[in-house]
Amino acid sequence: METMITIQHLSKSFGTHEVLKDINFSVKKGEVVSIIGSSGSGKSTLLRCINLLEKPTGGEIIYKGENILDDKHNVNQYRTKLGMVFQQFNLFNNHDVLNNCMVGQVKVLKRSKEEAQKLAMKYLKVVGMDQYIHAKPKHLSGGQKQRVAIARALCMEPDVMLFDEPTSALDPEMVGEVLKVMKELAESGLTMLVVTHEMEFAREVSDRVVFMDKGVIAEEGTPEQIFNHPTQERTREFLKRTLKQNI
Amino acid sequence: MSFDWIIKIFTENWPMFIRGAGITLLIALIGTIIGAMIGLIIGVIRTIPIPEKGMKRALLKFINAILSIYIEIFRGTPMIVQAMVIYYGMAIAFGIDMDRLLAAFFIVSINTGAYMSEIVRGGILSIDKGQFEAAHAIGMNHLQTMTNVVLPQVLRNILPATGNEFVINIKDTSVLNVISVSELFFATKSIAGNNFKYFESFFIASVIYLIMTFTVTRILRYLERKLEGPENYNLAGNQMQVDTPKIPSNH
Repeated sequence: METMITIQHLSKSFGTHEVLKDINFSVKKGEVVSIIGSSGSGKSTLLRCINLLEKPTGGEIIYKGENILDDKHNVNQYRTKLGMVFQQFNLFNNHDVLNNCMVGQVKVLKRSKEEAQKLAMKYLKVVGMDQYIHAKPKHLSGGQKQRVAIARALCMEPDVMLFDEPTSALDPEMVGEVLKVMKELAESGLTMLVVTHEMEFAREVSDRVVFMDKGVIAEEGTPEQIFNHPTQERTREFLKRTLKQNI
Repeated sequence: MSFDWIIKIFTENWPMFIRGAGITLLIALIGTIIGAMIGLIIGVIRTIPIPEKGMKRALLKFINAILSIYIEIFRGTPMIVQAMVIYYGMAIAFGIDMDRLLAAFFIVSINTGAYMSEIVRGGILSIDKGQFEAAHAIGMNHLQTMTNVVLPQVLRNILPATGNEFVINIKDTSVLNVISVSELFFATKSIAGNNFKYFESFFIASVIYLIMTFTVTRILRYLERKLEGPENYNLAGNQMQVDTPKIPSNH
């Protein structure tokens, strides 16, 4: 399978605090990778480094054979290839649902309004929000906002979707609707990188699970390996803690 | 009797009062609009993320320094002094005899611009960081982020402060009488100079100022409510209508 993104020796420090240390991993086309780990382990920072919302301090991010950390690389063009879904949704407050899905297509990808609207409607249908095209973000519930945010990212037709704890800011009853959409996307063959606290989701949907601890990848493998036969003591510790909480 | 005099002065001089008020309003309006535009442009420039190295960094640093100096000077000196320095300075330094009205537009605009750029900067800083990140994440550059996402929200947020500037400008144009701009204060001074009824003449002026500022404030309130957008929205399609009774709307 074709490799989408390769990360080599990636590091990130905020001042003297090293948040990521020598991260190496890659995502293949069509793969769903979940990144799990306790708060502060660096998983969100890793995701944000991948689309350069945080500038890595060292290492390389290889996308389509090119190191995107080169100064001459066009960051904005690269970002259109990555769809990002945030914990806090971050829908554009000044646009209604339809425009949230169109503005990037029209302004960045220079698609025509008609084409953009067609795609927006297509993806809003995928997430079940096509009835709400005239609603402003302030009218929507958290789960609805997150589904629109997913549609907005899909509209750019990215190669990889990045999810940064997409259900962490949601009321428990709304987590299901968002996870359902994500599951459908995963089944459709989309390449996804998901930072999550939803262990059930990580176990059921992902092809590979990455466990991070204190800024390093402590263990990675299939869900079966990580959840049923973890080799590392700290993985076992973490799973024991989080799975206990879920009961 | 003062009151009779007020009526008499107004009936005799109303064209002059109204023309003065018109010029006051014109200067305040143009000054506020151009000032707001200056503020928006400077606000956008001053929030460009500064790169870590290279020519662009040096250039941005230089521009930011110039803009800071501009803001400090025009916020830090009285407009009445700025008017004198600019109007007579132009005459001495370049031999330019500025049209008084044009000079008034210029002075009020750059003065307002200095305040507005700080208001805009504050407005931009008050927008949630997530809005910028979401815009960057779909590939927008700084200018696209600003024009499509941030500034529309900033404009709504700074409207009260901009209205405040407008009201202040209506009152502060009175200082332009020092360069003989024929706005309301200057007109009133001429009228009072003729009839020697200073209290009565300026009483009329104060009422006209109050009417102008009050009206402007009301109009801005209305605009603010308009910009809030509708409280309601309609669902597209008809699936929801099956199980939810539809609220009657004007469509």
